[in-house]
Amino acid sequence: MTSTLSLERVTANDIALVGGKTVALAELAKRGYLVPLSLAITCDAYSHYLKQSGLGDLLSMELGRKAFPQMRWEELWDAALRIRNLFLTTPFPKALEAELDEALTATFSDQPLVIRSSAPGEDSASCSFAGLHDSFVNVHKRPEQLLAVRKVWASLWSDRALLYRQELGLDIDSSIAVLVQELVDGEKSGVAFSVAPGDSRQLAIEAVWGLNQGLVDGSVEPDCWTIDRQSQTILAYRPARREKKLVTAGSALQIIATTSAEENSPVLMSDQVMTVSRTAMQLEQTFKRPQDCEWTWKEGEFTLLQARPITASREADPRSWYFNLHRSLDNLKQLQRRIEEEIIPGMEETAQQLAEIDLTSMADQELIKEFNRRRQILNEWEEAYRADCIPMAHGIRLFGEFYNDRLQPNDPFEFIELLRDSELRAVTRNQRLTSLADEITNLSELPAALSEKLSTLADEIGLSADQTRKLLGQMVDSAAPPRQTKRIDLEKNYLEQFKGHDLPPAEEILAIGRSSYKLRDDDNISLDQLNRELRRTETEMQSRLEKGDAEIFRLALDAAKGRDGRVSSATQAQPNEESGNFHARQLQGQPASPGLVTAVARVIRSQEDLVEFKRGEILVCDAIDPAMTFVVPLAAGIIERRGGMLIHGAIIAREYGIPCVSGIAAAADIINTGDQITLDGYLGLVFFPSSSGRLSRPGKDHLLRKELDDAK
Amino acid sequence: MHGLQHLIAELLNNQSLGVLATSAAGHPYTTLVGFAATDDLREILFATHRSTRKFANLNGDERVSLLIDNRTNRADDFRRAAALTAIGTAQEVGAERRDGSRSLFLEKHPMLKEFVNSPGCALCRIKVKRYSLVQRFQDVMELDLDDLDPVP
Repeated sequence: MTSTLSLERVTANDIALVGGKTVALAELAKRGYLVPLSLAITCDAYSHYLKQSGLGDLLSMELGRKAFPQMRWEELWDAALRIRNLFLTTPFPKALEAELDEALTATFSDQPLVIRSSAPGEDSASCSFAGLHDSFVNVHKRPEQLLAVRKVWASLWSDRALLYRQELGLDIDSSIAVLVQELVDGEKSGVAFSVAPGDSRQLAIEAVWGLNQGLVDGSVEPDCWTIDRQSQTILAYRPARREKKLVTAGSALQIIATTSAEENSPVLMSDQVMTVSRTAMQLEQTFKRPQDCEWTWKEGEFTLLQARPITASREADPRSWYFNLHRSLDNLKQLQRRIEEEIIPGMEETAQQLAEIDLTSMADQELIKEFNRRRQILNEWEEAYRADCIPMAHGIRLFGEFYNDRLQPNDPFEFIELLRDSELRAVTRNQRLTSLADEITNLSELPAALSEKLSTLADEIGLSADQTRKLLGQMVDSAAPPRQTKRIDLEKNYLEQFKGHDLPPAEEILAIGRSSYKLRDDDNISLDQLNRELRRTETEMQSRLEKGDAEIFRLALDAAKGRDGRVSSATQAQPNEESGNFHARQLQGQPASPGLVTAVARVIRSQEDLVEFKRGEILVCDAIDPAMTFVVPLAAGIIERRGGMLIHGAIIAREYGIPCVSGIAAAADIINTGDQITLDGYLGLVFFPSSSGRLSRPGKDHLLRKELDDAK
Repeated sequence: MHGLQHLIAELLNNQSLGVLATSAAGHPYTTLVGFAATDDLREILFATHRSTRKFANLNGDERVSLLIDNRTNRADDFRRAAALTAIGTAQEVGAERRDGSRSLFLEKHPMLKEFVNSPGCALCRIKVKRYSLVQRFQDVMELDLDDLDPVP
C-alpha cells in the first residue's frame, strides 16, 4: 500500500490514487511554477483506514438505510452528521498513524499546514465538487493535523456532497485523497478564471488582502478585474470596500480590519494583474482546457496554490444550493433578527388585522376581493418562510457540528439535549389547554369567563368550541414536559471546554442553536394563523355558495384550487404503486425520539381526526402540522412520513419524551386508524401485525399536510 | 408486474439454492435444496431422496418455509442483500403433473437430471401461501397469494 506520495513522485496516471487536484499541482511543479511544499495522502490510506477500523462496514449500514435516491434532505443531514462523528471518534490504525506521522515529519517538520481534499473525480470537466469537500487552513501540531485528515475524509460524506451526488445521479461509492501543504501565509491572494463566467472572450480575476480562504468562503469581498483574453488588457475593474481580511491568528484564522493603506489601494497593482492573467492563460494551454486557479503573494513571491478545469456548465452550477446548506454564523444572526423582529411579529400583526375584519357583512364582490387578497398575503408570508425560516434550521446543524468537533460524543445527537427548550410556543399553548381542561373537567355549564377562555383557545387551534371541549376531556391531568436536568450538566460540560477568547464564540453558537431550535417550531404557529384567516374567508364563501345565490363564489374558489382541490399550495402525495396483496410487516425509518411503545394508531388527515384523538394512541401523519401539536401530549408515539431529527414532529416529540419514528414513506397510507402497531424510536422501526400494514390505494388526501418544508 | 413482485421473481430466478425448513414433532430442521419456481410465483419445486429426513418430516407435517437470498458473505449484505421467505405446504408432485414439473426443474438444474430421474427421488412442490421479503436489513413486506389460511 502506498499511503503517502511526495509531489515529485506523482504522475499524470495517479488520478485514482491522489485525485485530480494533486496531479495538477504536481504538473505545475514540474513545469517550474512555484507551488507550496506538498504531500499527498492517497486513497489507499483512506481505504485502509475504512477497512482496518471497520468504519467502511458502518458506512454501508448508514447509507443503506434507504435507497439513496429516495433519501430526503433532512435524512441526508442526519446521516452526514452520524458519519462525520464516526470519523471523529474512530482512531487511525496504529501502523497507519505512525506511517503518516513519519511522512509528515519528513516533509514538513513542525510548520503549520493546510489540509485539503483531493478526490478522484472531484474536479472533472463535467462536474465540480470544488468547495463541497472540506479544507482546513493553518492547522498546528500533529494530532490536530491528523484529525484534520479524518475530517477531510468525512467531508466525502457531508450532506452537501451527498446531495450533490444524489442530484447528479452519481454512485454513492467514492474515495478521497488528501493534499497536505505548507501554509503560505500570503499578504494578498485570489482566484483567476481563464475564461470568465458569462463571456468566453474574457478572463476574470478576484483578489483580497490576506488569505484566500476569506474569498473562497465568501466572508471577504474581492476586488475584481475583467481582462480581454486576446489583447491582455484590463477591460473593467470593480473595487471592493476592502474593510477586512482573513489572516492567521495563533492556530486559528481570524477576520480583522485592513490597514488604512490596504483599504485605500487596489489589492493588485496592474503589473500583478498581468502576472496573474498571463499565468491563467498559460495554465489553460498546459492543461488544454479553461482553468480556474488559486494563488497568493508573499514577500514578492507569486505562488500557485491550485489549478483545476472550469466546469463545463458553470453557469448552471447547481452547487449554489448546496453551499446554502451551510450558513455562516453572521448570516444566521441576521436571519434570527429578521425572524424574531420582522417575520413573526409581521405574521402575527397581519393575522390580527385579518381576524378583526367582519366577513359576514361584506358584499359578495367585496368578499371575493378579500379572499384573493388573503391568498396573496399568505403567499407572501410563505415566501418569507421559505427564504428565511427554513434556512434558520441550519443553526441547529452549525451548533451540532461545532459541539461534535469539540466534544466528540458517542451519541452524535447529544447536542440536541442542550437545545431543548420548554418555552416552545406549542408547549406553552398545550399547558394552557391542560390547565383549562383541569378547570372545566366536572362542570356541565361553563361560567362566562371559562367559556370565553375556551373559545379563545379553540380559535387558536382552529377547532370549534364544542370540538375543543371534547378534546379537553382527554387532556385532564396531562403531564407537562419533563424538566431538563441532563441539559444543565451538558451545558456546563460544554462551556468548560472553552477558555478565554474561545468562550464568547462558543456561547454565541449555542445561543444561535437554541434560537434556531425554538424558531423552527414557533414560526409555524404564526404562519398557521394566516392560513386560518384564509380558511375563514373560504368558509364564508362556501356558506354563501350553499345558499345558492352566488355562483361567482364557485368560480373564485375553483380558480384558487390546486390539483388537490384545496385552496392552498399543497402538492399531491407520490402515487403509491405498492397496493393489492402486499402489506408491510416491518418498516424502517429514522429514529427521531427514543422509546418503545405498542398501541393503537390514529391516522390524522383532517380536523375531525384530531378531535377523535384518544390519550395513549399513536399519532400517524404525513407531517406534524402546527394545527396538530396540541394532541401531541396525548400521544403514546408519533410516526411521520418526513424523515430526520430536525422535523417538527421530532422536535416536539423529544420535548415531551414521546417515541417518534420519522421517514416512513406513505406512513398515513399504510397504517389505518385502529391498527395495533409497535414503534421503536431507538432504532427507527415500525412493526405491524399481519392483519394491518396493508397498503391502501393512493389518493387519500392529507388535509393537514404541511408542505412548505418539502420545498428545497 | 408490481415492483416488489418483480424483485421476488428476480430472486427466484437468479438464485439456485434455498434453505428449506421442515419440522418433526415441533422441532425445526433446515436443509439446503436446489429449487425452481413457476412464473406465477405460486409454486416452488425441489427434489429430495425419499429416504431423507426432510422427506420423512414432510410426511408428518407438510408445512414448510424456504429461505432464498442473495447475500455475498460481506458486511454490506446487511444493507444490500434481500432475503425472501416462502411460506406454504409441500407435497410430492402427482403423476399427472410430473413431466411438466420435472422439465421446469431441470431447465434450471440440468446437472441434476440423473438424480431427478432416479426412482428414489421425489420431486416436491411447495404451494406458496405467502412471501415475506426483507430488504435493507429491516424493511419487511409480505405478499399473500391465497386467501389467508392461518399462517404463523
